[in-house]
Amino acid sequence: MIGHSGARVVALAVVPAASPPPGLAPAREQMALSLGWHIVLACFGVAFPAMIYVMHRRAIRRDDAVALELAKRWSKVAAVLFAVGAVSGTVLSFEMGLLWPGLMRRFGDVLGLPFAVEGIAFFVEAIFLGIYLHGWGRLAPRTHLRTLLPVAAAGVVGSYCVVAVNAWMNAPAGFTLAADGKVTNVQPLAAMFNKASYLQFAHMWVGAFMLVGFVVAAVYAVGMLRGRRDEHHRLGFVVPFAFASIAALCQPFVGHLTGLRLAKDQPSKLAAIELAPTTERRAPLRIGGIIVDGRVRGALTIPRLGSLLATDSLDGTVPGLDQVPSADRPKVNAVHFAFQTMVGIGSTLAVFAVVFWWRRRRRRDDWPRWLLRAAVLAGPAAIVALEAGWVTTELGRQPWIVYRVMRVVDAASSSSGLWWSFSAMVIIYAAMTVAATKVLLSMARRWRAGDPTDLPTPYGPHEPVLVGASAATSSPDSPDSLGAPEAR
Amino acid sequence: MSAVDVVAAILFLGILAYALFGGADFGSGFWDLTAGDADAGAPVRTLVDRSIGPVWEANHVWLIFVLVFLWTGFPRGFTAIVTTASLPLAFALVGIVLRGAGFAFRKFASTLAGARAFGIVFALSSVTTPFFLGAVVGGVVAGRIPADGYGDRWTSWTGPPSLLGGTIAVLTCAYLAGVFLIADASRSGDTELAEQLRRRVLAVAIVTGIVVSGGVIVLHHYARTIFDALLARAVVLVVLSAVAGAASAVAVSRRAYQFARFAAAGAVTAVVAGWGVAQYPWMLVDELRLDDAAGAHATLVALAVVGAIAVMIVVPSLGWLFRLASHTPSNAAHPES
Repeated sequence: MIGHSGARVVALAVVPAASPPPGLAPAREQMALSLGWHIVLACFGVAFPAMIYVMHRRAIRRDDAVALELAKRWSKVAAVLFAVGAVSGTVLSFEMGLLWPGLMRRFGDVLGLPFAVEGIAFFVEAIFLGIYLHGWGRLAPRTHLRTLLPVAAAGVVGSYCVVAVNAWMNAPAGFTLAADGKVTNVQPLAAMFNKASYLQFAHMWVGAFMLVGFVVAAVYAVGMLRGRRDEHHRLGFVVPFAFASIAALCQPFVGHLTGLRLAKDQPSKLAAIELAPTTERRAPLRIGGIIVDGRVRGALTIPRLGSLLATDSLDGTVPGLDQVPSADRPKVNAVHFAFQTMVGIGSTLAVFAVVFWWRRRRRRDDWPRWLLRAAVLAGPAAIVALEAGWVTTELGRQPWIVYRVMRVVDAASSSSGLWWSFSAMVIIYAAMTVAATKVLLSMARRWRAGDPTDLPTPYGPHEPVLVGASAATSSPDSPDSLGAPEAR
Repeated sequence: MSAVDVVAAILFLGILAYALFGGADFGSGFWDLTAGDADAGAPVRTLVDRSIGPVWEANHVWLIFVLVFLWTGFPRGFTAIVTTASLPLAFALVGIVLRGAGFAFRKFASTLAGARAFGIVFALSSVTTPFFLGAVVGGVVAGRIPADGYGDRWTSWTGPPSLLGGTIAVLTCAYLAGVFLIADASRSGDTELAEQLRRRVLAVAIVTGIVVSGGVIVLHHYARTIFDALLARAVVLVVLSAVAGAASAVAVSRRAYQFARFAAAGAVTAVVAGWGVAQYPWMLVDELRLDDAAGAHATLVALAVVGAIAVMIVVPSLGWLFRLASHTPSNAAHPES
């Protein structure tokens, strides 16, 4: 609110730097990689505790052993994902300074408060998750169940805070820019509760439930496709799928409301999303297509729908790129493509959810293979949609890091050598992805084989109960000695 | 006390908590690393797993707490540090990532070879990470981080004060963790394991004592500002730390492990607090004062409020977690089996 119009005047007068700092390109890539990676785990932090809660509560209320086993297994999966998420979240907090010192030096005290609150929320999340994970058999069942509530609440608060900072970058508030560019009159609460934050948070929050719900359901759909059609798989599928379905049906409305804000607040992003070279009244909706030399090619156009979607009116005005100086335009085609990917997948998932529950009403739980196959695809599709959404909002804000106030160029680190750190990050994240996947798969394999998931001790002497006794005792390093032999 | 001082104090309490809890956490990696082969080292590793398993994520959040308070409350100081000491911070960061992932994966690894690989990653990075963080502190107290940032990429953290800081960090972590592990082992009745660790912990105590004493000379030569303040304003804390450290070592040798634990924690608290008192009012010694590094007043006030709320929420819940973790029966590593 404060300083926004003033900021515009100052910012437009500033000529972009002649040559970008050497840190710009690698900083961008590294941030995209670590944020895009972390966001998937963050979704689990937000949505998974709620699903575990529902499952665990069912186990207690109905004395349901299947539900209890599912809750236990999910909590172990959550333990692995949270651990990895904790470290990738730490990476991000280092990167705020290592990659974007220009932003933090000028605006650290403006945008920092939500991060501080997020720090506390993360603390609460880590503590109560620890209590929950180690409370099995040690706390009274109902107390134990209730320890999930602070975890879920902290997930909500934490994700609001982080999204609020991103929303602030889209809709800067809580400061005034003096004529010399100095940041004055800092109001951290106004920054934290900026006007874009509520809807952007709602959009992300619902998206998190879509992602986790569809991904977890997909795991059990795979199991059922492989012939494991038991109560365990049915319940493990239905609960997350129900969460995901509700989220998928809400998301179009939340997303629409989020988009409505853009016409006024971020016309350049909207123009890119709509693939609109010129400002139009009664604008069409363009599906597909690219802009080449300022002209739209290959798009399927539906008259007036663009105005309706962007402004809630059939003859509303949709801003075009002609309103934006050419130096301030985002990468139009990429934004448009990412946006359409998100909306296309999101709408398909919503339709799929309706089809699924409508079928289920009549023929209970007799799921044909095509339906399960579709449910398997829905998992990765939800991840792609979420990533595409972040690509849309991030690329759509370019070339600004703080919209119309500070360019990404001016925020990036000027140190050379960031390509090295980016390369290291690529290797480490690839290794973490492989390791996490292997560990989760092997946990599932051992659960199916009925083995305990923990090694007797961290690589200590072990009882050779699972394989031929003599072979295992003579060679404690034998790689097969603790696995499930039939799974190999 | 100004708002700057209040936020600086909260920030420093976070650093202190990280030194204690994160330190004991990192240090357990040292004992894991030196425990021996898979068979001989199993008891120690089991103990490490049991002791830090429930709490390591929470211990680790102190660092995030420190980072966000630093960049929000003191944005100029934060950017000066990260743009200058980007290398040791990046190395520490890699260590944190590998350590957390290694520890989490080890517990659920499917094979002995896999568990061993993850275990080595965990243990090695547990030792390197405090070294790099200590090296950054060494650069800060020696005035090698310029106020405007982008200082020398190497000399800012490779000088004698940084080597000293890194070494002391590793040794202190190892000592703290060693004493805690012995106390855990003896409380759960495993006197054999406690005996086995006892001699090694005493060796670490002696080495730590020698390095710290020698470190005084390094500070005298390379970090005069902090040296003078340590011997003046902070002298009580320095003496207290020395006494508590010696007392804890004596207690270990006499097998009074529960007392040793308190004394060791007291020694670390005193030495870190002494550093803080000696460094005041500098954010970056000889370069940037807290007042000049600080952000807007309104933000500092908000941070102080958030800090107070944090204490009210975090301390009791953390207490619950630690209580739950310490009352873990020894077979509780596999609640599902």
